[in-house]
Amino acid sequence: MKSQKTIDRAPTNGERKGKDFASDQDVRWCPGCGDYTILKQVQNLMPKTGIDPENIVFIAGIGCSSRFPYYMNTYGIHGIHGRAPAIATGLKAAQPKLSVWVVTGDGDGLSIGGNHMIHTLRRNLDLNILLFNNEIYGLTKGQYSPTSRVGHVTRSTPMGSIDNPFNPLSLALGANGSFVARTMDRDPKHLQVLLERTHLHKGTSFLEIYQNCIVFNDGAFNSYTDKSTRDTTSIYLEDGQPLKFGPDDRHGIRLDGYRPEVVDLQKGDWSDDDLWIHDEKDRNKAWLLTTFFEDNREVGHLPRPFGVLFAEERSTYEGLLQDQIAAAKDQHGEPNLDELLAGEETWVVT
Amino acid sequence: MSIQQKFKKEVTIRFAGDSGDGIQLTGSQFTNTTALTGNDLSTFPDYPAEIRAPAGTVHGVSGFQIHFGSKAIYTPGDTCDVLIVMNAAALKANLQSLKSGGIIIANTDGFGKKDLSLAKYDPTATPLQDAKNSGYTVIEIDVTKMTRESLKETGLPPKDVDRCKNMFVLGVVYWLYSRPMESTIKFLNKKFSTKPIIAEANIKALKDGYTFGIATEIFSERYSVEAAPIDPGTYRNITGNDAVALAITAVANKSDLPVFLGSYPITPASDILHSLSRLKHFGVTTYQAEDEIAAITAAIGASFGGSLGVTTSSGPGIALKTESIALATMLELPLLIVNVQRAGPSTGLPTKTEQADLLQAFYGRAGECPIAILAASSPADCFDITYEACRIAVEHMIPVMLLTDGYIANGAEPWKLPKADELKPVTFQYQKPRENGQDKPSFRPYVRDENQVRPWAIPGTKGLMHRVGGLEKEHETGNISYDPDNHQMMITFREQKRDNIARFIPDQSMDEGGDSGKLLVIGWGSTYGSIKSAVYEAIEEGYEVSYTHLRYLSPFPKNLGDMLNRFDRILVPEINSGQLVKILRDQFLVPAEGYNRVRGVPFTVAELKDKIIEMCTS
Repeated sequence: MKSQKTIDRAPTNGERKGKDFASDQDVRWCPGCGDYTILKQVQNLMPKTGIDPENIVFIAGIGCSSRFPYYMNTYGIHGIHGRAPAIATGLKAAQPKLSVWVVTGDGDGLSIGGNHMIHTLRRNLDLNILLFNNEIYGLTKGQYSPTSRVGHVTRSTPMGSIDNPFNPLSLALGANGSFVARTMDRDPKHLQVLLERTHLHKGTSFLEIYQNCIVFNDGAFNSYTDKSTRDTTSIYLEDGQPLKFGPDDRHGIRLDGYRPEVVDLQKGDWSDDDLWIHDEKDRNKAWLLTTFFEDNREVGHLPRPFGVLFAEERSTYEGLLQDQIAAAKDQHGEPNLDELLAGEETWVVT
Repeated sequence: MSIQQKFKKEVTIRFAGDSGDGIQLTGSQFTNTTALTGNDLSTFPDYPAEIRAPAGTVHGVSGFQIHFGSKAIYTPGDTCDVLIVMNAAALKANLQSLKSGGIIIANTDGFGKKDLSLAKYDPTATPLQDAKNSGYTVIEIDVTKMTRESLKETGLPPKDVDRCKNMFVLGVVYWLYSRPMESTIKFLNKKFSTKPIIAEANIKALKDGYTFGIATEIFSERYSVEAAPIDPGTYRNITGNDAVALAITAVANKSDLPVFLGSYPITPASDILHSLSRLKHFGVTTYQAEDEIAAITAAIGASFGGSLGVTTSSGPGIALKTESIALATMLELPLLIVNVQRAGPSTGLPTKTEQADLLQAFYGRAGECPIAILAASSPADCFDITYEACRIAVEHMIPVMLLTDGYIANGAEPWKLPKADELKPVTFQYQKPRENGQDKPSFRPYVRDENQVRPWAIPGTKGLMHRVGGLEKEHETGNISYDPDNHQMMITFREQKRDNIARFIPDQSMDEGGDSGKLLVIGWGSTYGSIKSAVYEAIEEGYEVSYTHLRYLSPFPKNLGDMLNRFDRILVPEINSGQLVKILRDQFLVPAEGYNRVRGVPFTVAELKDKIIEMCTS
């Protein structure tokens, strides 16, 4: 996949390589876990950002994905369940110059920490949130998660889940997230590009990463990666480009009013000019894209979009906060502690 | 008839009226004037939990009590000498707080049929006459009529005129207690500087109220209260919540240490958030989070980044924060947690006071989780003890729980201003960077000093990259460790670190009485004023009793055990069902006895004195 928005390769943090961002700790995920690829791609991204490791912080909650900070040779906090966005908010507000990453999972970020997630998205601090979605609880050994599909049989749902799952990208967009994107562990190149975009976006970036749990939910996303199915189940978004997918890009998506429709480009009835042109800044269309969320076992479903669904630059919380601090300093001048302590009225006892 | 001038050593006045009657403002004006007169004083506001309870009902009554005198004053007073009521509901809600034979000043216009009905009196009731029959002195003034008369030339609409009623009453009370009006006149001119007509009207009502006292013959006596012997210095009035906010700001300013407050609104702690939000230019950043957990975890994030993280709440909010307090204990970062206690459990009585969160502070977390605990003893003490709490948090890299409560948070007393120059900065040093080439082997974040304190290594510092987390740490390296012996060692280190604080706090001293004897009264928190007054009076009456008040609760001052052992009996009065008493018995094996009442209100001096005398004579 091409993108004009990748990082201009001019690293200023020495001649570091990805492996220089690996900590001295043994990585302890299950063999074959999708987390390994994500860790490697994040480590590979780091030299390209040009940011020195002492200015980077990884913050996580609890869960398999949340062990991530221990494996990065940066600063890091392995916090408590669901609270990583809140910890990151305090750190970023107090130290706006740091590059702060939040690593979370579908249980950590959308269930126990759902409240912090939506409030962080609306505030729009310049944070990078990586949500590893494996549609299962791994560390607690296999219960269904808020993204597990209806009917999913797990240790806590022996008769199948009756919970309607979250659509994470609709949720992020609904919370007024300024950057909403999706990628997957099995496509390291796409993952790398999306990580770069996540880093470059100024504001809260929400990157959902489909991540395979080899032990408790193996193959959950196979249909998006298997050669036999991926052409019809997934669509890769490019800003300014028409929505096309399928073998030899033979399918396109056009908008009939607000209704997306799959069309065949090889029959001659439709051409590229008729198709929906992806515009990352169009919130309404982004909303429609997030709703391409049908179960891919259903006939006639729309393909699952990967890439940046929505990106909009707007004021960051820490930027507005710094503005207010500067305005307060302008207004009050040099702080005078004696005056402050004295308050409005004093009296003297002799 | 001539009016007699009488001298009083101490007086307690309670203003009461509808929420819309301006009672709090009237009370605070009387307080400022009284302070300027040189009296010692203590005040307590008593207002309804509802923002705008229905007018004229008992639920909507707002009260303000001031106790002032020519001697040292430690409490807002058990009962009042004078009760000022603006309507029938105010009388109904407050008559029980008036001393027998006390004075009622009543606005008769607030005692009409409708007022009686709203206050749920019988339609034929005559509460003022009943009060007279019960031996109270009742001064009846039609305040509404008098104020309208006073302001008829101003041309102001009746709504604005009626809003000056409280100033008319204040004028009457100023006359009755021989107080000057200048301070209030100055205040009104400033408050209504953009509306001079309103300022003039309020001032005229105030003066006419004062003149009313002189001109009419409804009072047979007038009182003066001489100045109290007070330490020389510059004073202001301060509430506990304001004192907490000022101390946090002073620490930031004096120590050149950024402070980050993460908070979620909760009664009665919100005023600390309000005050600090206005002090951004002093290096204080405030953040209103989405919930209690986000508030404290954001503060922890900021502490990791080199700020002093602070969170403020009350009992129910603290309950939500407990897991985060444990995280901060494991991360060994500075953190100040202020618990402005209120009456519980659950939502309880949110505007009423209690000190029932002490065991929560000691034990309310999963695992062995030692933190430091301090408690403020009065509104003014909130400044010193908050300053201390910040110092301990930073110098010992530990979460500190500071306990205040609704009573001292909202109550006010004169505070002798410290000089900024004389405040000692909190000492801290971030871990120094390591140059290129020095960053092998990895930085070890859990290497401890002689007090078991680990270094504060903040992001942005070269060569110190490290990871912290809630999983057990390996000694020195800070890496994850499941080793049994290492866990035991780290548990012990964290406890020793908390205990070592005792070397850096003052020894416990006696507030009243001798160093040994038959009876020691020991208290903590906002009961200070009541216990101090009760013990003082008991000693004056010849009883042998000593008193000490704890401000440092975890760790205790290192001489506390010796002190307790020098007494035959120990009395522990607390506004809970017996919490400190449990801890003292547990830690020191002493036969401490509790005196416990949990009614949402402070102890009266009288009940404590009774208990002390009972113990001295049994």
